Amino acid sequence: MSRQIHLAAHFPGVNNTTVWTDPSAGSQIDFSSFEYFARGAERGLFDYLFLAEGLRLREHRGRIHDLDVLGRPNTLSILAALAAVTEHVGLVGTLSTTFNEPYELARQLGTLDHLSNGRAGWNAVTSSDAFHGANFRRGGYLDHGDRYRRASEFAELSKRLWASWRDDAIVADPESGEFLRRDAIARVTRTSDLFDVDAVFDVPASPQRRPLIVQAGDSADGRDFATAHADVIFSLHTEFEDAQEFYRDVKGRLAAAGRAEDDLKILPAASFVLGDTLEEARERSREIALAQVRPETAITYLEQVWNRDFSGYDPDGPLPQVEPDTGPESAQGFANRHAAVRSRIAKLREVAETEKLSIRDLVIRLTANHTFVGTPDQVAADIDRYVQERATDGFTVVGHLTPHGLDEFTDRVIPLLQERGAYRTSYEEGATLRDLLGVSGGRVAAGA
Amino acid sequence: MTEKVHIAVALEGAGWHPAAWREESARPRELVSPGYWRDLVRAADDAGVVLVTIEDALSLEGRSTEADAATRRDRVRGRLDAVLLASFLAPLTRRIGLVPTVTTTHTEPFHLATGLQTLDHSSLGRAGARIVAGSSVSERANFGRRADGPVGFPASGRVEDDPAWEAAFREAGEVVDAIRRLADSWEDGAIIRDVETGRFLDRERIHNVDVEGEFFSITGASIVPRSPQGQPLITVLAHQSVPYRLAAEHADVVFVTPQGVDDAEAVLAEIAAAADEVREQPEPLRVFADLLVLVEGTESAAAEAWSRLEERSPISTDARVVVGTADAVGDVIHDLAGAGVDGIRLRPARLPADLIAVTEQVVPRLTAAGLLHEDDGAPTLRERLGLPRPSSRYVAQEVSA
Repeated sequence: MSRQIHLAAHFPGVNNTTVWTDPSAGSQIDFSSFEYFARGAERGLFDYLFLAEGLRLREHRGRIHDLDVLGRPNTLSILAALAAVTEHVGLVGTLSTTFNEPYELARQLGTLDHLSNGRAGWNAVTSSDAFHGANFRRGGYLDHGDRYRRASEFAELSKRLWASWRDDAIVADPESGEFLRRDAIARVTRTSDLFDVDAVFDVPASPQRRPLIVQAGDSADGRDFATAHADVIFSLHTEFEDAQEFYRDVKGRLAAAGRAEDDLKILPAASFVLGDTLEEARERSREIALAQVRPETAITYLEQVWNRDFSGYDPDGPLPQVEPDTGPESAQGFANRHAAVRSRIAKLREVAETEKLSIRDLVIRLTANHTFVGTPDQVAADIDRYVQERATDGFTVVGHLTPHGLDEFTDRVIPLLQERGAYRTSYEEGATLRDLLGVSGGRVAAGA
Repeated sequence: MTEKVHIAVALEGAGWHPAAWREESARPRELVSPGYWRDLVRAADDAGVVLVTIEDALSLEGRSTEADAATRRDRVRGRLDAVLLASFLAPLTRRIGLVPTVTTTHTEPFHLATGLQTLDHSSLGRAGARIVAGSSVSERANFGRRADGPVGFPASGRVEDDPAWEAAFREAGEVVDAIRRLADSWEDGAIIRDVETGRFLDRERIHNVDVEGEFFSITGASIVPRSPQGQPLITVLAHQSVPYRLAAEHADVVFVTPQGVDDAEAVLAEIAAAADEVREQPEPLRVFADLLVLVEGTESAAAEAWSRLEERSPISTDARVVVGTADAVGDVIHDLAGAGVDGIRLRPARLPADLIAVTEQVVPRLTAAGLLHEDDGAPTLRERLGLPRPSSRYVAQEVSA
């Protein structure tokens, strides 16, 4: 039997790849958009839908960025609402380990798991810069190493809190008057330089026992975190050989951590453009890319890298020859920011020169390089090859239009994946998100 | 003629009586199941109840003041996060206001504000919050972030006799102010989608809140565009001067616990005096009186049910208890309406039994007696309560600049 493909549906984000200028583009905030998207993901039998998190509005040169879609809901609140209008699809959101506390986030995710009958998932990210921290009590103060230590201790604490209620803790025997088996709830404590927790959890064991954990960072620390805690990696490795290498590396680390290869799925981000012929798909891809990278988007992109005003430059002309304004050493915690910016610019120049790209084409190459372009048959075959040849376990698919950007994929590609015997043809009744993905680690044997 | 009132319902676990979970009609094994809450809140919605509050706390023993709360086994324990529960209920209900309890000492005010704004979007304008000040020792141990905070209640019972409690109320006020500012930070119409100029937003209509308080600071604007109500409905339960002042300064609705009509009049007068002193909003503070109710078909059946509960576990409550028929409950509500309260918040002693009695018997009787505000179809919770939609404070700022 074919290896099975797993798919996540990514709600379009607040960056230039989401095309709002299209006449069919809908609201990024109305509940009806989210409901439409969630029902669509369920129609396509996706494993889960995926939402990013907003901690602060994007700014450009000290002012709110006004060219892209901006504004989104609170991740947990919208997922809880979507639990009410869906039955099968997983509900996964990005939530920061830096600007939350384990007790509260664990109870929120436990709540979501109860409300959705076992469909909750958490994309655990770290964030530590002062810009985002300025919206929170905690502020921004952790350097890279500390924030991953915090993330790891945070995940560990969350898992212990979720495991702290035995399945038989609630007795609720009206005759004896015993509601709670007190010794069936374990106290969870941790004292370190980052946490001082002495907790008794207040959410009973949820259907998955442990909500799904997704990890998205790609640094060495990120891979260590994934090996220790994650059930899914949301990676950026989509070039075939690169993806295979990443897959081998990560899966290879699991045995040492005492985990089975299947218990960590790798689902890189992927975009797609379909056409009746390859030619037509390529033309559409170009059109969409031009809408994703408008002339002003291209200039703004370079302004962000250089930190200079490029409003006088021609987006169809060559890269600016000026040096970046690296300013005073930034408060954002990058010790070697100067060097990083210079090396980034050197790379951009190299790509632009080698491939003879204008400013706009360079930015298209960097941000609007669609992963799968072709006929539905070709795209289905490509996706299947990645999975059969162990480059991925599937993909996190993102469309360029809100909220209907995945409809075409669901209508034209999913049936072909099903024909190949590599994708489910229905949801199993009562399946949890862990069941859908085929990852263990949630349920514990009764009485264990 | 007596003034009309609104009916609200307060939901808590298996009901407000500690022995309620042992009743035959109780569903004690479903208290964290989505279906249980869907059934309860839909019943209230269908009956025309104006809003439902949902209790919450950040520790296993919740807000229990029992000395042995941490060890006893006969109490309902375990709950769901109330903001998320309300969010889940939003698409499943049509008219009813959804008012989760929120604590103001641990949850990040930014997350709290955006969660409530999102609830307002998902419910198309029915979001509120019941603000709770302070934290318990066990809540602080669960979080491990703050050593400071009240330890129990002062012997006098008065907030002003404990600096830690006073600080907690100041912090609650700051959190409400931050919630309202963040809700205002996107003006209506900030999203322009101007294809001609390539601008999705008019950034002049989005404002950093720059809150710099005694307890926390927030710099940026909300991540959530302005919601249908503009600001969520802010409610507070209050029993004495300091909380009355918090409500008068910051709330849209205050829940109070008068023991009778004279007491209700005194409380209303004290709140009016506090409002004269500290309230800046032009709209009057709406006052709802809490009643803990047990309803049966006859007085004797009600008395019998109550004594069954009390024998198992006597209740200690801040609210007036009304045990009797739907008519008896209606009479008490009639008298409170006469005293001038704007609404009644009913705390069912047993769930779902007393909620069903409220929706099937009490509300229809009050409606027939012309005691209830009719639902005129106003789209948002605020409008249903006769409160205008606040305009963003940042618009006014620009006009006066």
